[in-house]
Amino acid sequence: MTAYAVMITLYPPERGGIKIKKLSMMNRSKYDPTFEESANTYLSNTQLRKNIGHATHTIREKRKAVVDEMPDWEALRTAGRQIKTRVMRHLDKYLLQMEASVQKAGGHVHWALNADEANRIIVDLVKQKGVQDVVKVKSITTDEIKLNKALAKEGIQALETDLAELIVQLAEDEPSHILVPAIHKNRAEIRELFREKLDQKELSDRPEDLAEAARTYLRKKFINAKVGISGANFGVAETGTVAVVESEGNGRMCTTLPDTLITVMGIEKIIPNWKDLEVFMQLLPRSSTAERMNPYNSFWTGVTDGDGPQEFHLVLLDNGRSNVLADEIGRQTLHCIRCSACLNVCPVYERTGGHAYHSVYPGPIGAILTPQLKGLDNESAASLPYASTLCGACYEVCPVKINIPDVLVHLRGKIVDHKNNQGGIRQKTDPERVGMKMMARAFGSRQRYERGQKLARTGQKFFVRDGMISKLPGKLSGWTAMRDLKPIPEQTFREWWSERDV
Amino acid sequence: MCNSKKEMLKTIRKAISDVPDTEGPDDIEVSRGYLKKGILPQDEIVNLFAARVGEYKATVQRVKQKDLKKVIAESCSRENVENLVIPEEFLKELIPENVSPLYDDSNHPLSHHQLDESDGVITTCAFAVAQTGTIILDAGAGQGRRALTLIPDYHLCLVREEQIVELIPEGFSAVESSVKKEGRPITFISGPSATSDIELSRVEGVHGPRRLEVLIYR
Repeated sequence: MTAYAVMITLYPPERGGIKIKKLSMMNRSKYDPTFEESANTYLSNTQLRKNIGHATHTIREKRKAVVDEMPDWEALRTAGRQIKTRVMRHLDKYLLQMEASVQKAGGHVHWALNADEANRIIVDLVKQKGVQDVVKVKSITTDEIKLNKALAKEGIQALETDLAELIVQLAEDEPSHILVPAIHKNRAEIRELFREKLDQKELSDRPEDLAEAARTYLRKKFINAKVGISGANFGVAETGTVAVVESEGNGRMCTTLPDTLITVMGIEKIIPNWKDLEVFMQLLPRSSTAERMNPYNSFWTGVTDGDGPQEFHLVLLDNGRSNVLADEIGRQTLHCIRCSACLNVCPVYERTGGHAYHSVYPGPIGAILTPQLKGLDNESAASLPYASTLCGACYEVCPVKINIPDVLVHLRGKIVDHKNNQGGIRQKTDPERVGMKMMARAFGSRQRYERGQKLARTGQKFFVRDGMISKLPGKLSGWTAMRDLKPIPEQTFREWWSERDV
Repeated sequence: MCNSKKEMLKTIRKAISDVPDTEGPDDIEVSRGYLKKGILPQDEIVNLFAARVGEYKATVQRVKQKDLKKVIAESCSRENVENLVIPEEFLKELIPENVSPLYDDSNHPLSHHQLDESDGVITTCAFAVAQTGTIILDAGAGQGRRALTLIPDYHLCLVREEQIVELIPEGFSAVESSVKKEGRPITFISGPSATSDIELSRVEGVHGPRRLEVLIYR
């Protein structure tokens, strides 16, 4: 049973309805559990921990090797950060330039304020073509707006063509990693799935055979596809060029073979000039798949006569991104190029896996992006900035130098402020808040601090065993559940100093 | 102007209202301190390219121009290629006698099904990058439209030594004008198609050509 299912059992809709009314401030949206709640469940799944641990460690080592061979890596990171800073501070101008360039190259541009608008635009376009199915290349942005569901509602089947996304789709599962969405499944599990869903009775569990099965299954669909849907890695404002970076060739299939191509691009994917690709196309593959270059990169500019789709639509998506943009510290979150290097080095992600984050953006980047996109009223999203030890490994590997720990701390502050501003008796009596208030008072005056010290020294006598405090009572027990605490010493430095003078 | 566009631009402008009106995009410094031009002599660049392409499990051969046709014939027979797709403006003299050529041209394009039933495709390239073992196609003479190098299972690519540059920035500069002036589609190919989706084991060959062969000639 997944944690999601556990939570639904604990908070069934009929009870949850009442719960939500009672705790309207909590806004437990769609009953997504908090990170802490679901992490417990995922941590006890040993197969999952093994799969994720193996995968993240393998790719971590590989990434290090290909990054270390670059003498100018730090200069590339700096340039990447600066280019993205430039884009974010002038995003309105670049979006207009992008629109003009795409139109000039024969493409159409649509603006979508939120997921519903984007889905409506795409559904209408597909319906105009009178087709029942579309081929799709892996795109987290379309996962974010739940496009497949919106298409299905209108009787249109969206076929995922990336091997991992196909696995996830066939298993009716959710992606758990940005780069390798089926990282939580091992080969035996995949073989069983393909045997059942692709009707392949004689199938070994060699990755080669599993890939061959997917190739055979998808080939016909590609050749006959009328409409393709893709995401975008980069959009070049100056030329209107859109880039898709991939390994399998399904991206090329989806963006080349259908008559009509619809690309959904988050507004933050813009880069100013063609020249800027030379920076990001070095940073991305080495950080992401840990290769010098991934097998295929496609860069297309509008439509080309007699080559590829003859109709091209670009959907520019906001869906909460301008909220992120409005926060001067949080803004750098939008620099993300979705490489997933931060997931692979994260000591939290490698143990819980991606599902515990309840977002299409898991890991450290998800921990800062999700709460900003969904808003701090969403209790599940607001628990994510605490899913970190602040060790900083994510910042060190980030190819565009997003200071994730900085943003995490900033968001934690905002969450506390947000809770306090809600007021009410529940907030006023929150033990953490009361405790922090008392601490602030104590630290605010020397007399109070010293009195507090003396009081604690007397009080702690009941809990000290063999020179350590191993068990605190009540609410404080959480602190000592995982670690011992050193008691306050019999004499402080100041006390010793004043005695010495006398 | 449609409403969503107006609304989006309005919220974005409000979100970045901390940016002074006097600031232009170019006022944000971008220090391009990374390597932009290679330093290796041309013969070492060629060696590096051959080695890097080889690491992607592609077949690499170094040949003299006068032997090209012979080597192409040998490769086709080794790979059991009979029906070979020939892009527009590909040099006819290089097509060996042991294959049945399937000519693709803008007036008579091959269908997706014909491409799927072919045994392979032969193309030239626009440029190549040694640092990453990358072939760059810009749909120029002898390279064909994008579907040609995608659907057939075997891709035989001819790379002239002078087409190889050392670094990625040199590769992007080299095709900049064909994008800006003609809006041509650009494709980077680094080894045969691959996936690492199952337990992160790299498997060559999913949807694109499963076999890539590169003939470097001078």
